[in-house]
Amino acid sequence: MKNTTSETAAKYAFQIPVNKNAFANGARDGFPIGLGYLAAAFSLGIAARNAGLTPFQSTLASLLCNASAGEYAGFTLIAAGASLLEIAVVIFITNARYLLMSCAMSQRMATDMPGKHRMAMAFFITDELFAINMARPGYLNPYYSYGSAATSLTLWALGTALGTIAGNILPMRLVSAFSVTLYGMFLAVIIPPVRHDRIVGALVIISFIGSWLFSQLEIFSSISAGTKTILLTLLIAGGAALLFPREAEGGQEEDRDISHVEEAKSEETREDV
Amino acid sequence: MKSDLYIFAGLFVMAAVSYAVRSVPIAFLKKPITNKYVQAFLYYVPYVTLAVMTFPAIIYATQTPISGLIALIVGCVLGLFGAGLFPIAISCCGAVLIAEFFLV
Repeated sequence: MKNTTSETAAKYAFQIPVNKNAFANGARDGFPIGLGYLAAAFSLGIAARNAGLTPFQSTLASLLCNASAGEYAGFTLIAAGASLLEIAVVIFITNARYLLMSCAMSQRMATDMPGKHRMAMAFFITDELFAINMARPGYLNPYYSYGSAATSLTLWALGTALGTIAGNILPMRLVSAFSVTLYGMFLAVIIPPVRHDRIVGALVIISFIGSWLFSQLEIFSSISAGTKTILLTLLIAGGAALLFPREAEGGQEEDRDISHVEEAKSEETREDV
Repeated sequence: MKSDLYIFAGLFVMAAVSYAVRSVPIAFLKKPITNKYVQAFLYYVPYVTLAVMTFPAIIYATQTPISGLIALIVGCVLGLFGAGLFPIAISCCGAVLIAEFFLV
């Protein structure tokens, strides 16, 4: 799977010809992901409008944050007039998975890769882009990362802008339909791994039930949506970590990510993973 | 109506924390995490967080709860068949459109 160190180091050394190719390949692979982003970002834009944001503000948020769940949670909190500290904590929790992805990516970067590339690549970590980047053999190529971000995240920002602008001139029927694409995107991240991992399946069901209980029970009615997300995540993921710890095998996250890529690309080769 | 200052401050906090979460491990981590509890917690977090944010919010996002519920079921079934991001997102969207054609 992985090239030998000397092989990839040699590849990495030939920057000029490889970079153009890598950028083009990344742009090509990022495009279908971008189409999904466009639809999901549209509903995010509607959420931003409902929170009282202007198209400029929501587009800026999408350009700077690159995070569906995080941005959605942030907009909800801004709409509720939450404190900046609460926003910071919720963004941290909703984006906590990028800590893990960032850890995994750091293990696949050439030791001589310039710091500016490392820091720039960090900016473009999303669930889907992480997946297609990690699926490449050998050391990560920063230009592939930039190419994949160029197409997908541009469409992400465009979708957010369109959703905020057009959200209120569209008929209710369409707004209603577009509103669920964001949740569809969440489902596309959490449901496919259930096939290979029963613990994850159980966690998804427990989370659904827990979240529903929190929304129904009178005693939780004064807690904000963001705080509910934090509490439930700490409780359920923390409990699961204590009951089902995972051995720190290098290959584990990678296997998961590669299976994600195949799904993200929705190729027929999916079963070969 | 929120003040612009508050909104921009909120957006700045969102952007700063989002980037910090992504960049700090890459910037400082030279060795892999070995603690199996931390590893497991980080592994489970995305699933729990996204699941909590999806349900029951999805049934309040649509004009009637039933169409949201249908979208949830469609998304879960397609996910169990291993469909990708784009097909699932669009199918949920289409399911609501069709369901509300009859329901609303």
